[in-house]
Formats: sequence, C-alpha cells, structure tokens
Amino acid sequence: MILLLTAHAAAAGIAVPVVRRWGPRGVLLTALAPLAVLFWLVAQWASGTAGSDGSALRESVSWIPSLGVEVALRLDPLSAIMVLVVAGVGALVLAYSSGYFGGESQRATRNRTVPLLVAFCAVMLVLVLADDLVLLYVAWELTTVLSWLLIGGDGRSRAARYAASQALVVTTAGGLAMLVGIVILAVTTGTTSISALLADPPAAGAATTAAALLLLAGAVTKSALLPTTAWLPGAMVAPTPISAYLHAAAMVKAGVYLVVRFGPVFTEVPAWRWTIVVLGGATMVVGAWRALRQHDLKLLLAHGTVSELGFIALLVGAGGRTGAVAGTGLLLAHALFKSCLFMVVGAIDHGAHTRDLRKLSGLARRAPVLCVASVLAAGSMAGFPPMLGFITHEAAFEGFLVGGGWPPGSTPAADAAVLAVLVVGSVLTAAYSARFVWGAFADRELPEGAPDPADFHAPGPSMSVPLLVAAVGSLVTGAVPAVVHAVDGVVAAATAGFPAPEEEYHLALWHGFTPTLGLSVLCLALGGLLFLVRSRVERLQHRLDVPAMRHLTGGRLQDRARGWIDAVAAATTLVYQRGSLPQYVLTAAAVLVLGPGSALVVASATGAWPAVWRWWDEPLQAVLVLVALGTAVATAVSRNRRAAFVMAGVSGYAVAGLFVVAGAPDVALTQALVESITLAAAVLVLRGLPPTFEPSPDSLVKGPKPWVRAVLAVGAGAVASLLAAVALGARTATPVSVDFARLAYELGYGENVVNVTLVDLRAWDTFGEITVLTVAATGVASLVFLRHRTGRAPRLRSGPSAGGAGGSSSPTTVASTWRSSQDFAPGPDAAPSTRWLPAVRTLAPARRSLLLEIVVRLVFGTVLVLSVYLLFAGHNLPGGGFAAGLVTGLALFLRYLAGGRYELGEAARVDVGVLLGSGLLIAAASAGVPLLLGGQATQTADTYLQIPLLGEVHLVSSLAFDIGVYLVVVGTVLDVLRSLGAGIDAQQEEIEADPTAVHDQEDGEDDGEPGPDEMPGPGDAADGAAPADLATADVEEPDDAEEADPREVDAGADAGRGGAGAGAR
Amino acid sequence: MSPTIVLTVAIGGLVATGVYLLTSRHLTRVVLGVLVAGNGVNLLIIAAAGRAGRAPVLDPDGEITLETAAESSDPLPQALVLTAIVITFAVTAFLLAMAYRTSRIEGTRGDDVVRDTSPQGRSRGEAAPPGESTDAADSSDGPASSRQQRGAPRGAGGPVLGSGNRPASSGSPEEAS
Repeated sequence: MILLLTAHAAAAGIAVPVVRRWGPRGVLLTALAPLAVLFWLVAQWASGTAGSDGSALRESVSWIPSLGVEVALRLDPLSAIMVLVVAGVGALVLAYSSGYFGGESQRATRNRTVPLLVAFCAVMLVLVLADDLVLLYVAWELTTVLSWLLIGGDGRSRAARYAASQALVVTTAGGLAMLVGIVILAVTTGTTSISALLADPPAAGAATTAAALLLLAGAVTKSALLPTTAWLPGAMVAPTPISAYLHAAAMVKAGVYLVVRFGPVFTEVPAWRWTIVVLGGATMVVGAWRALRQHDLKLLLAHGTVSELGFIALLVGAGGRTGAVAGTGLLLAHALFKSCLFMVVGAIDHGAHTRDLRKLSGLARRAPVLCVASVLAAGSMAGFPPMLGFITHEAAFEGFLVGGGWPPGSTPAADAAVLAVLVVGSVLTAAYSARFVWGAFADRELPEGAPDPADFHAPGPSMSVPLLVAAVGSLVTGAVPAVVHAVDGVVAAATAGFPAPEEEYHLALWHGFTPTLGLSVLCLALGGLLFLVRSRVERLQHRLDVPAMRHLTGGRLQDRARGWIDAVAAATTLVYQRGSLPQYVLTAAAVLVLGPGSALVVASATGAWPAVWRWWDEPLQAVLVLVALGTAVATAVSRNRRAAFVMAGVSGYAVAGLFVVAGAPDVALTQALVESITLAAAVLVLRGLPPTFEPSPDSLVKGPKPWVRAVLAVGAGAVASLLAAVALGARTATPVSVDFARLAYELGYGENVVNVTLVDLRAWDTFGEITVLTVAATGVASLVFLRHRTGRAPRLRSGPSAGGAGGSSSPTTVASTWRSSQDFAPGPDAAPSTRWLPAVRTLAPARRSLLLEIVVRLVFGTVLVLSVYLLFAGHNLPGGGFAAGLVTGLALFLRYLAGGRYELGEAARVDVGVLLGSGLLIAAASAGVPLLLGGQATQTADTYLQIPLLGEVHLVSSLAFDIGVYLVVVGTVLDVLRSLGAGIDAQQEEIEADPTAVHDQEDGEDDGEPGPDEMPGPGDAADGAAPADLATADVEEPDDAEEADPREVDAGADAGRGGAGAGAR
Repeated sequence: MSPTIVLTVAIGGLVATGVYLLTSRHLTRVVLGVLVAGNGVNLLIIAAAGRAGRAPVLDPDGEITLETAAESSDPLPQALVLTAIVITFAVTAFLLAMAYRTSRIEGTRGDDVVRDTSPQGRSRGEAAPPGESTDAADSSDGPASSRQQRGAPRGAGGPVLGSGNRPASSGSPEEAS
C-alpha cells in the first residue's frame, strides 16, 4: 500500500515530462495512475481484505518513534469508499482533462495543472488511508497547498490569486486548529493511531470536547460549512477539471470524511454532535437557497456543493447508524453526480464560451450526450428514482422519521427539527437541480451579445466519455439491485462503528409504500413547484437579500478579518520596526533587563545568591580589571576615533591577561592576537573616516537621549554581573567537561584539552565557526569591492605605470591594476621576484620607512615559522590552528605595512577564495573521512612517524582539521587586509588623483573608472559631470528615480555575485 | 562555588560600556561596543566556569596528569570562548567595512552615522516634502511604494538638493538589498 502510494506520488513527477512530451495523449496516460489504484482496490475487495466483513489491511513504517508517530496506512471499508471516490473520479477527471486542456493554447495550463492533479490524487489517497493523526494532518495540509497552487494557476489573474489565498488562509487556519486538537488527543490518549482511538475512544471530558471541537474546525473549513463557506464558490475561478475533482468530489470531502471517521470516537461528546448538526443544517439550506439564484452554471453547482456538504455533514454528524449510512452513501452519490455535472459545465464552457444560463440556448439538440448525462446526474442530485441519490435521500428521511439518525435516546423534537431542515433543503435541491438542466439545455430568447448557439461545438469523446461514465454510475448504483446491495454492504461496514438502531436499515431502491417514500415524493413535488414559479422565487430572493446574511455567507466577514489582520500586522511592524538602529539595540537591552534580569533577581532571592564571595583569585586580577574598565570607559567617552580604538585594544589586552590568570592560555593567546589584528584593521578603515566623532545636525540622527542609553547600559551590565554571580552560586550539576581530559588524551591523542576539544570533541562547532568566518570575510570584501572583485591582492606589474607609482600615477592606471582581467594577464611581471619586499618601490618615498622595512625583512620569516610551530604544537601545548592563522595574518599585515598593497599581493600569492575554500574542504574531509573508513565522524587516529634527524613524530589525524582551521583563518585575515587595506588604498588614491570626482566618494569607487564592462548609461554621464552639474542634471530629469533604481539593483546584484562567487570558489 | 568580586564587577562594567557604545549612531562606536561587550561576555563565560586553575594542558610527567585534571580550569568554556573571539573579529571586520561603506555613501560629509529610516521610506536624512510626512498608511505596501515615494522628493528637485543632502544615489548596496 505504501509502495503503491509512493509510486503514485512518483507518477506525479513522471507526469511532468510525459505531459510536456505527448500533450493531451500524455494526460490520458496520467489517468493510468489513479486507475491502477482503482484496480488495486477492486483486487483487495475481491480478496476480501477490505470487504464488508469489517476486515482491514494495515501497513506501517516507523517515522518518529520517540513520539509513537508512524507512517501507517489502513484500508478499511470507509477508506475504501474514499479511495473509490478519489481514484475513480481522479481517473475520470484526468481523462477528461486530456480533452479539456486539449487545445494548443492550453499547453501551459496543461503542463502545470495535470502533474499537480496527479500529485493531489496521491496526497488525497494518503489522507483517506492514513491511520495516524500526524500523517493525516500532513496530507491534509498538503492538499491545501496543492489546492492553493491549482486555484492560483499561473498567478497572473488577480481574482485567481485572491481566491487561492482565501482558500489557503481559511483552510490552513482550520488545519492548524485541527493540529491542536490532534495534539490534545495524542496527549490525553497517548496514541496517534486512528484505529487505536476507534478501538478505545477517549473518555468524555473537557479535553476530549476541546479536541473534538478543534478537529471539527478543520473539517468545517475544509468542507466549506458555515461560517467559512465563501472560499469554495471563490475557488471556482480554477479550470473546471480542478473544480470537479478538488472542489466537488475529493478535497472538500476530506472534512466530512473526518466527521465520519471520528463520529464513533466522539459519540459521547454532545458538543461535537450538536455543532456539526447545526452547522450542517444551516449550510444545507443556505447553500441550496443561494444555488437557486445563480446564473453562472458553475457557481450554481458550487453553492449546490456547499449545500450537499452541509447535508452530508448533518447526516453523519448526528451520530446514528442510519444517518451515517445515508451520509456515507450520499458522499458516494455526490462524488458521482457532482463530478459529472461539473464536467458537463466544463464541456459547455468549452463549446459555447459561456456558462451563463441566460446566454445558452438549444444545447439539448446540439449536445444530446451532455443533456442525457445532466438529466441522470441532476436526477440523482434531486433524489429522483431510480438513482443513487434517491436511495440515500430515502435513508436520510428514514433516519429521522423512523429512527436511527441519532444515537439511541433522541427526542422527537430533535427528529422533527432535523426532518424539517432536510425537507426544506431537499426541496431547494430539487428546485436547483431542475434549474440546472433547464438553464443549460432549454431553448430561450438570447440577449444581445450572447454567443451564437450555432457556434457551439460538441465535446469530443475524451470529454464526453468520462462524464457519461459518472452519470451512468449514478444510475447503475441506484437501479441495479446487485450493485445497490454491494454498495449497501460496504457502506454498512464503513459505518459499523456508529451505534445501531434496533432494526438496521439497508439501502435499497424499493422499501414499499412507506412514509419515507411519501416524504421523498413530497420533496420532489415541492421542488418542481418551486422551479415552475421560479420568477417569483427570484423576486422573493431579492427581497430577502438581507445585508447581514450576505455578509455572513458571502465571505465579507472573512475579507474584513483578513483586512484587520493585515492592518494589525502593519501597525505592529510600524511600532517595532522604526528603522532606527539605536532603538533596536535599546529594545534588545530593555528585554534583556526585564526578562532574564527579573528572572535572575527572583533566582538570587530564592537561594541562588552565592553565600561566599572572594575578592579575587590572584591580586593581579584587580589590577587587570582596573585597566580593562578604565580603558573601556575611556573608549566610550573618547571623541577621537583612533584613540578610542587604541583604548579598546588595551582593554582587550587586559582581558587577555585575565584569561591568563584564569588558566586559559589558549584563549589569552587568541585574544591578544585578535586584539592586535582588530586594531590593525580598524586603523586601516579609520583612514577613510573623519578623525573625531561629530554630532550630526540632522533631526533624524539625534538618537536616544544619553541618560536613556546610560540607564539601559547600566541595567544590561547589572544583568551580566548578576548572571555571573548566580551562575556560580546556583551551580549544582557536574560539568559536562569532567571527562574531557581523559577523552582528549585517550581518544584525541592530545594533551592540550582545549585544542582537542576544538578539533575533535566538538569539531562540528568549530566547523560551523570557520564557515561563519568564511562568510564574514566574503561579506567584508563584497562591501569594499562592490563590482570588481578579485580573489587576490594586486601584484606588481612591470612598466612605469605601477612601478614608478605612488601618488603620481594616473587614477585609471592605479585602478586598473585592480581589474582581475588585467591583473592576471600573463606577462614578464608575473615571474616571481626573489628580493625581499619587492613591491616597496611602489610607495612614494615619503611613505617609506627604512626601519620598518628592515624589521619586517628580518622578522617575517621568523613569524611564519612561529605560526607553523603553533599549528603543529597546538595539539599538546597552547596554540593551534586559530592562533597560528592569526600569527600568519599578523605577519602579512607587517608586509603590507612596510611595502604597501602590492607587497601584500607579493607576500600572499594565492587566491583568498582558494585559501578559504580549501580550508573548509580539508576540515570537512578530515571530519568526514573516518565515516568512510568505518569510524565515526570527526574520529581521530594517530600514528608515529620516524623521520631522520627529527626523530619520532607523533602524527594525529585531527591535525588535518586544524590545518583547515588555519587556512580559513589566514584566508579571513588576508581578505580583511586586502579589502580594508589594499582596497581602500586604491579607492583613496583614486580620489586624491581626481579631486573633481568628489561624488565618487558616495557613488562607489568603480564609477570613476568606466571600464569596458561597464555600460555607459545616463548615470555614468551624470557621474562624469562636476557636482554642480549633477544637481542640475537631477532637476532636469524627472525620472531620476528610475535612473537610480536599476543602478542600485545592479550594485546589489553585484555584491550578490561577489558572494556567490566566493561561495563557489 | 564562590564568585570573585573583581571579575563580577569587570563583567558588568564591560557589558555596560559596550551596550552604551552599541546604542550610538556612529557605526565605529557600534564596532567598539561589539568589541567591549564581547570581551565582557567572554569573560563572563570564563568566570562562570569557576575558580581559576591551572591550564588544562596535560603533562603526564608533571603536575597535571589524568588523575589531577579535574583541578585544572574547565576546558569547555575555553574552547567556546576561543572560537567566539575569532568570530568577534570577523564581525568587527564586517562592521568596519560597513562603516567604511556608509561613509562613502554619505559623500561629502564622510561620516559613518546611521540614520533612521522613517516610515515614509526616507533614508539618510532626506527631508520630507510637505504633506508627505503624515502619509504613513501607505508604508505597509512594501518596498515598491516606498521607493516611489522616495523618488518623489527627488523628482521635486531643488529644495531637497539645496538642503545640503545628496540625493539618494546609485551604488548604495544597503538600499538594494
């Protein structure tokens, strides 16, 4: 069974190329999928697996064992009826679609719709076969999504989009309510299996009632019962096969299926019964009443469907055996006649290009097949003998006239009330059935502008055969006694769970002259009468058209509710998304203070407050804290940018000292190195910024008042302090890390526990973090080089332009050295230079420092050796990939400092992307290779190597991971230097060289140097002009906004390309 | 376990200073805030691990052996903080690049001040044309309408340019993304 449905779902995928390739014939092929399910069902039936004896076929695969959730499918008689409906109508509709979507103009619709229909069929089958509430819910929501896709079509029609989203919102809301109900049921009963629930219904109580009502909310929305009717007529914008299948035969039946399925479970819950009976009855009458005044045949059917769904829901919701038999039978009958009628409407629409019954005439002669089918199907709908509809109507009347509609113990008043509703509904149904046949096929005077009836072309066999099959099905299931008996058997088996009356009722065409028969005749007669006086009825309908009623049923309340939700969402967003950065931070700080802060106060008041305090572990800590705090405050009050960064750096070093005292040498080493590099990067950026912080005169820039900032800052600090105190005071559990030392030594073969933790015990964390580094490095580069992004820092070029250089070179030349295509052009300059600091001559003499050059020459190699030492020693001593990478980065920074940006390129002759990418790759491989060798991910192996001279070397496989970390860190630092250092250099030089192009500062560096790959557009013309001209140009061009926008998008897209490229390299 | 007073004070002080800096409008101060507050939080994690101890580096022949490893400081918070420090560096670099980019967009002023985006979609200090400031209802319509509205003051021309602000110009990645 699971296999079958999987194959069916796969068929939806296969349907895509099939329909594309073979067109309408391909569509016919797709009908084989539901047909196969149908054959399977018949086979099961024949073998007695799901027959009338109540036996069932169950298959299950474990899904979420910890919650007891499984993929369980169960074919019992009720499911079998639903499978019959879903697969049978599915096959018919798909076959019909091959004709309906046959035209070449329908090609796009066909290619999109038909695979979705096949997929829907598969999902719907899962829904009706599911024996697990969670699986049922998943399928339930999948049908909603597919319905949304199918109603919305290609999304070009506004009406279709609106209808689709309305259906989606309403049914999803119901579905979510249902999910809550499912969770309540699962928690109270301890199982999510439907068969288990049926075998052992939950005891009546508040929880069960709530669950029942929530499930009902799902059923009501799905089956478009009041008060959520409106989406179903709206969904009729979809092509007719979709309406016939989803919104008449299959999907909307899911709601009533749920009611039948859970009816036996909730027999003891009166709220379930009464809600569904009241809603169903009201829906039946209102839907039929509204159907009676439609001019659009499809809308007539849609409202009729709503009415029928209410009818079925009432019958099965009442909870008695006879009612359930009638409702289930009607479910089957409705699928047959309504799908047939929808297909008829589709054929009429196809042939006559209108569905308005005022514009149709003479179709009975032109399309007798359609007429015959309609008469049969509408007869079944009206309850006319000898159709299946008649039989089920009989059963319905019987249930409330004789007994058996309710569970035992009902009152005559309840019977009478329901009977009255049924009679009114049936009369209206008979009337609109007649109206349908009359409207579609009668001869009448046509108004101006109606299509000429002579143009009508009769449907081909691919359309008429399926609808005839459905129509004849309605007849056969009612008129052939053997078939009626079979239907009775399976329906009885399907409803065996409902409390039976003393004398069981059986579906049959002829029960003799009973009061029930009289009621049927009465309804048909009154219906006919209502049809005959139809013009008066129409006038009456207009008079009774109360606005409140219209609002309730026409979906305006829902529309308004959606409007409210949108408005509330917009208002809320406006409140907290003010577009103000300081406000966001303040809000976060306030939440920190009020939320965790108050929790901490409560915790410390209730015993978590540490009893013992020490001043310090070492007196040195006091000194370091004084330095750290003093410089931090100095950072905050400094008006000088550089001074502030230096102060922050000192504070950071002091914190590194605190780490040393705390016994964390690795952390301290990393902290000190990072402080150095951060300071370096900051100094590089600060070159492009004003030296001091200036208060801005702009009103939008005022920002929060200083005292507000101070209060919240102090509050946040207090929370942090409190957290530190309480975390220690409240500590009761043993730390996770007690075994880390042993694990590190025995499994990681390392003595530095912190490093082994990073590369082995918690290597996945580290892997995530180096990925973040890669992303951040790419982001930095993208922000600096908006367009011309290269992987490397610029390298030396021969010739006077760059070599003779400094500030004297023309901006174009300087800039063009940044162009990748020119930069990497092979030439004599690409030969590696053997001298130290080869690029130092590119600097202007005034910028060179002899002392620095000598120191860098001497130190660079040593520092690199140090970094390699740190990398290899890290496993057993303080060090490791992070520290080693940072040291290498510092060495590169020194080269940059001494020799300028070309020196950086000479020092690191690799593509940054290659560094980052290979680092990630090596780390990933080192984590993943053990899996291939039969170990666990990130497992470490070790080996001893004998190397001449050096002696024995202990090699550990996690060293590879550390090398990956090293490469990523080097890549990140190099990318930062390259961007913030060399990149900004180039841009600054450009500005210095071309002072007239002041606007480059804001437009981005690349605009100043129109290159071959830059489209000369209006924007470039404006950029090339002097600032004053720019202003006038703006005034003169009224569509300035349009001019600016594509360029904005362009820049953004370029940044995106940079990122994508970085990810791929 | 008993906390130390100096570290608790240091944590609170660093975080407070950091948050104060974070609420500034100057992006460079925000960067500084990230640095300082980050130090505070890292210190918090290390301090919460307990009393200072020896470095968690085993020395089978020396003082810290497998048996006495429990007396050394806790390695797990150290590993967490170590990576946090490096990540802070990456974030700092990213913010610095953003500060640089902001100053380039700001043009002649060369400042790194982050301005509020008002509900009308104005940004970077463009003055609102008269009569538009009350039109907040349309702001929920999404980027399309805000872009149109932003286009409007520029189409109006002179007064906005005359106020000393550059027109919202091309090449601003923050706008496009």
